[in-house]
Amino acid sequence: MTSATSRARARSGGSPAGGSAKPAAPPKPAPPAGTPVRLTGAQSLVRSLEAVGVEVVFGIPGGTILPAYDPLLDSTKLRHVLVRHEQGAGHAATGYAQATGKVGVCMATSGPGATNLVTPLADAHMDSVPVVAITGQQSRSLIGTDAFQEADICGITLPITKHNFLVTDPAEIPRTIAEAFHLASTGRPGPVLVDIPKDVLQEQTSFAWPPEMHLPGYRPTLRPHGKQVREAARLMTTARRPVLYVGGGVIKAQASEELKQLAELTGIPVVTTLMARGAFPDSHDQHLGMPGMHGSVAAVAAMQRADLLVALGARFDDRVTGKLESFAPDATVVHADIDPAEISKNRKADVPIVGDCKEIISELIAAVQAEISGGRKVKLDDWWTQINAWRQTYPQGYDWPADGSLSPQYVIERIGQLVGPDALYVAGVGQHQMWAAQFISYEKPGSWINSGGLGTMGYAVPAAMGAKFGKPDKQVWAIDGDGCFQMTNQELATCAIEGAPIKVAVINNGNLGMVRQWQNLFYEERYSNTDLGTHAHRIPDFALLAEAMGCVGLRCETREEVDEVIQKAMGIDDRPVVIDFVVGKDAQVWPMVAAGTGNDEIMAARGIRPLFDEDEVSEREIS
Amino acid sequence: MSVHTLSVLVENKPGVLARVSGLFSRRGFNIESLAVGPTENPEISRMTIVVAVEDLPLEQVTKQLNKLVNVIKIVELEPSTAVQRELLLVKVRADATVRSQVLETVQLFRAKVVDVSPEALTIEATGTADKTSALLRMLEPYGIREIVQSGMVAIGRGAKSITASAIR
Repeated sequence: MTSATSRARARSGGSPAGGSAKPAAPPKPAPPAGTPVRLTGAQSLVRSLEAVGVEVVFGIPGGTILPAYDPLLDSTKLRHVLVRHEQGAGHAATGYAQATGKVGVCMATSGPGATNLVTPLADAHMDSVPVVAITGQQSRSLIGTDAFQEADICGITLPITKHNFLVTDPAEIPRTIAEAFHLASTGRPGPVLVDIPKDVLQEQTSFAWPPEMHLPGYRPTLRPHGKQVREAARLMTTARRPVLYVGGGVIKAQASEELKQLAELTGIPVVTTLMARGAFPDSHDQHLGMPGMHGSVAAVAAMQRADLLVALGARFDDRVTGKLESFAPDATVVHADIDPAEISKNRKADVPIVGDCKEIISELIAAVQAEISGGRKVKLDDWWTQINAWRQTYPQGYDWPADGSLSPQYVIERIGQLVGPDALYVAGVGQHQMWAAQFISYEKPGSWINSGGLGTMGYAVPAAMGAKFGKPDKQVWAIDGDGCFQMTNQELATCAIEGAPIKVAVINNGNLGMVRQWQNLFYEERYSNTDLGTHAHRIPDFALLAEAMGCVGLRCETREEVDEVIQKAMGIDDRPVVIDFVVGKDAQVWPMVAAGTGNDEIMAARGIRPLFDEDEVSEREIS
Repeated sequence: MSVHTLSVLVENKPGVLARVSGLFSRRGFNIESLAVGPTENPEISRMTIVVAVEDLPLEQVTKQLNKLVNVIKIVELEPSTAVQRELLLVKVRADATVRSQVLETVQLFRAKVVDVSPEALTIEATGTADKTSALLRMLEPYGIREIVQSGMVAIGRGAKSITASAIR
């Protein structure tokens, strides 16, 4: 921190001509690092963002954040992307962070600008994404007076951020920014909001970097406890029906390489949750697919029948466990997570391990190797025989719609096959999201980006935009639904103008498909308010909408056109492309564990309940 | 459900009380009482929170509290190894006919009269929750006009201190 005396000295020594445009002034030598310089709070903010390594900021200016936008104009290190709605800025920051592993940054003004960030912050909070949001706030003297565009955004975002700050002294800006980025990106990552009053941005202050951070209550545990790791290794080498239950934490910890080693060393089957798709190659023989409500039968059945679950960076979400009381009834649970509060939150852990997944898995590898060299032999032949029987009997698949319409699963499957595993796939929320999780083969961590915990419809287009800014050399495909697409497609204009040539595949079934599926299954086919009219009236015409937004608009209505239109989109790289895939409305997501039921009641397809098969029951009794 | 007393050291910063109380309500835990005040270190405040929960949810609430960036340390104080005190101010109807009886009760409980008027006495008492509620029961027949109680504060017995080890 800068002392008051150094500030006073800097003020008296400041040049009176400072700020005025004098031509041919020789460039001043840069002050050595750590030496305070005089500037405004806004300049201090921009300098701080540059110093922490920010490259892209997504945002919209407005009254109270205006001072910060002025020095932004002069910054050569920060690129600001002017979005069309603050929600787009928030999701773009999330998409950027998911694609790069770096902190995503968004900026908005006070009041409505800040409240429009609420949904993306809640989204990033649920999915543990490192995001920093900078918001303007009314001047200090006006706070609490219901001033124009005043909203208590710190109060509002209290439960949906990892932490937030209201900066009341411009001298605190560098330290607050350093702390915000540290909090967002370390431990269990998450969103951090920094609210800065307008007069704090305008006031003269001093800037020195690096600032000293002061976070006495923040000490994330990274190194796991050796004894717990050894106990986990012992269980992993003695269990007869173990499963590695891999969650998004493995991707956040960049531990995919270690995971592969551990899996191959032990031969234990792997399931990857919705947040972990890509953490373990789909093509790997030990991969059983996704667990949970719409998981593969093999993944769900293996977890239900397991005698050992090794949860790595996963949180036993209700969409994975189904009814908790009947989830994996015979399993001993090893739960490894960086957040101690996740352990035993939903399912009691027999062996809790707190730490960073990369460290934990590395140490598990060593401990398992020690067990094996000590003479222990992992015997999983019977288990694999059982698992392979499930895999062969209930492979992931779909039927073509009886009415001859285009199959949405086929469209998504072909995108995955033609575009390949090097691209990034970003989904919205609903049926198309589940199909994209099921029918695209993910081989690399970070290639699958979606809104898992919060289930935010409208996530895909802005998040894909953010991902494209983070990985400009990668093809970025948004797989979106027509319902989701109509929530946030205004960011296509941003993509077109700011140069983010993403591809958007609108899986257009004319309906809020997942809701319609539930109405079909659980509400006696009473389709209340799920028909968007997109089919009946072609309102909006997505291809024309795309063209109006400066994108290429394409349409595909038959099976024969699918490959051609995908290849055409792949060939366009100077503009975003939107493909309107007009698909049937009756396709459903299977397998399915109905909400509120146990995973044993998984249905591979309508009316087919594999785990109630008599052979399975007897198998379970002997094992 | 059992009653637990948590001593929570927090950074003395604006909004910390809202963060803590918000966490309790959002995770569905009821606070029986909460008292907060400064400590020997001006940068640190200490909260004493009394909650009625089972052991497992208590573990969860402690972990969630620990995740708050401004929370420095949490210690559960067992009644057997801690001194627990509440402050009670109570205004009792006490005219000349019953005043001496009321004063006798006050003495029995080693409480204090802090204000007198022709119709009423205001009594100050400190002690455990048991003691203050026993006093209230005894005063009830005379007519209680107003009660104000603080949350419980508690401190561990012996030479060991919570604060000292928390600051690094």
